[in-house]
Amino acid sequence: MGSVVTYVGLSLVLFAIGAVGVCIRRNAIVVFMCIEMMLNAVNLAFVAFSKLQGNLDGQVAVFFVMVIAAAESAIGLAIIIALFRNLVSVETTDAAQLKW
Amino acid sequence: MGSGDLRLSLVVLAPALGALLSYVIGRRSPKLSGVIASGAVLVSFLCSVLLWQQVGATGSFTATLSSWISFGDVSLPLQLYFDKLSAVMCLVVTGVGFLIHLYSIGYMAHDESVARFFSYLNLFVAAMLVLVLGKSLPVIFIGWEGVGLCSYLLIGFWFANTEYAKAGRKAFVMNRIGDVGFIVAMAVLYTQCGTLDVVELGQGSVLSKLPAGLAFLAGLSLFVAATGKSAQIPLFTWLPDAMAGPTPVSALIHAATMVTAGIYLMGRMHGIVELDPAVPAIIMWVALVTSAIAALTALAQNDIKKVLAYSTVSQLGFMFLAVGAGQYAIALCHVVTHAFFKACLFLSAGSVIHGCHHEQDMRRMGGLAKAMPITAICYGVATLAIAGICPFAGYYSKHAILGAISGTTNPLLVAAAPFIGYAATAIAVCTAFYMARSFIMTFLGGYRGEGHPHEAPLVMTAPVGVLALLSVIGGFLLVHPITSFVTGPLPATAGEHGSEGFVSLLIGSLPGLFGIALAAYLFLVAPREKELLRRIFSPVEKLCGGKFYVDEILQVLVVTPCRKISGIAFRAVDQRIVEGSGSALGSVTQAVGELTCRITTGQVTTYVLLMFIAAAAFFSVFSQVR
Repeated sequence: MGSVVTYVGLSLVLFAIGAVGVCIRRNAIVVFMCIEMMLNAVNLAFVAFSKLQGNLDGQVAVFFVMVIAAAESAIGLAIIIALFRNLVSVETTDAAQLKW
Repeated sequence: MGSGDLRLSLVVLAPALGALLSYVIGRRSPKLSGVIASGAVLVSFLCSVLLWQQVGATGSFTATLSSWISFGDVSLPLQLYFDKLSAVMCLVVTGVGFLIHLYSIGYMAHDESVARFFSYLNLFVAAMLVLVLGKSLPVIFIGWEGVGLCSYLLIGFWFANTEYAKAGRKAFVMNRIGDVGFIVAMAVLYTQCGTLDVVELGQGSVLSKLPAGLAFLAGLSLFVAATGKSAQIPLFTWLPDAMAGPTPVSALIHAATMVTAGIYLMGRMHGIVELDPAVPAIIMWVALVTSAIAALTALAQNDIKKVLAYSTVSQLGFMFLAVGAGQYAIALCHVVTHAFFKACLFLSAGSVIHGCHHEQDMRRMGGLAKAMPITAICYGVATLAIAGICPFAGYYSKHAILGAISGTTNPLLVAAAPFIGYAATAIAVCTAFYMARSFIMTFLGGYRGEGHPHEAPLVMTAPVGVLALLSVIGGFLLVHPITSFVTGPLPATAGEHGSEGFVSLLIGSLPGLFGIALAAYLFLVAPREKELLRRIFSPVEKLCGGKFYVDEILQVLVVTPCRKISGIAFRAVDQRIVEGSGSALGSVTQAVGELTCRITTGQVTTYVLLMFIAAAAFFSVFSQVR
């Protein structure tokens, strides 16, 4: 069962890297990639726990996450393209008009 | 129950409906307005007569109009209750009210808002009937407030005149002060006795639940309520000012009916009033002082309506003397006879004012007996009645009151009874004097005004004539029957004075005869002596003419402190605390908003970071809860 701990540990590390990346990176595409990384970290945890529980619930959830991720990437890329058209930049710091 | 139901409801509903119709229809055709209003009161009167004929046999009628308040085990229906006491009041209110309505058709014929006038007048009659017929104190209170409202509306009927509007407001405010007493009494009675039903409150078993101190409070509070409505010290100054209203209003509301509501309340609640002997004693003294001050003030008035107004206050004091002596039936008799002769006086005065083109000052009248003989005769008859001359109405009730005073058994009053009796006799002389003076100044001598006075039309003189007739025969025919009739709702009248010889009748009339003779001597025979006396008594005259400065005293003692306290409360409480806390709340919210809006930097990274922190916080708390 030690392998489950390893998988979950890897999942945690991946999630943390993604979260930090979302927070500190300014390039929207990189931020986007980091989000995908976090989603996949969660997927990994789902699969690991599914194995531990001995049923398929977690693996089913992974499919949902994948579908959401696909939809999210379509919308996200569209947003990034729209951002570039307007600002000629994909830096998140440049898209700071919406404030007090 | 039975057939009494519908007729009893109709007594109240007819004038209420009349109030609506006389306005709605009267707006289109003003002439119909008075006819509808009079008809409504006539229906009410006829129903009262029908009920009155049967009440002797059945004892009482009850009618439930609707349920009013009902929750838990508290239920308060809108119930009317017709017993012998309310029978007498109903007949007076609707009977005299009908005559005054008729008179008003003539008096108000040329007024532009005649529909409004009759609507208010009918509404008043409806409210007054609720007052006398209410089965529980809250229902009586509806009528009590209703008549107060109508009084306000009718005093300020010609509201374009600021003075008149102010007089209406004064009456309203002073009556509200009295109403506090009513509410306090209701609160005490409900918490202690658990009921506000007038029938139950008359039972000894219910009243015995009242502890001694609270019995005094309840009785005194009821009397405070009565002082407001019935114009006794210290709340009487509104009544003379109330003469701003049209004269029929003065006759109906401020002489015959509404102002007697206090006496009715005392009679209705006599069980509570009598619980503590201090309450009747207070009533007696207040009544005596009021009656004396009002009678003296009336001596120096030149406005014909003001004379009658002070005379009303004085006569109300007389009624309260009987109440204080515990002779409620006699007080009720004086209510009835006073309704006849005072309404007659007011309506005659109204005819005079009408005939003299709205002149009210008696110094610019005189010699009117030639121009308006019918009015002069009616006024003269009513003057003899109020003066208490033998065969006229006032004699019987006044004489009975004097008898009641001397016969009082209240331990706190027995010693003072002779003094009160003499004082009341002196007041009776005074009454005769100022009434004779007003008669002489108005109807005898030479005319001192301008223009040509004319007699009133038949629609006005006929009701006055009927009232004058009642002033003649009312006392002779009614006083003894009434006192025996109302025994039951009211305690039995002590001491029989039915058999009186000619000599005692003459002696009883002496105070009145003396007052009239004095007035006649001074004003007709010896004007020089009058001037001499006047010079000797000029400080007294000044005091009387200044209405004993009661208004000014109230101004200093009550109105000014109230204004000051209100001012302080306005600045300290309202402006600082209430408004201050409101604006403080606003500025705090604004400051917090200004502070927190700094978070919205527009930087996505900040938002994400905050989101992570929030999520982390949420999940850590959530997992611990699990």
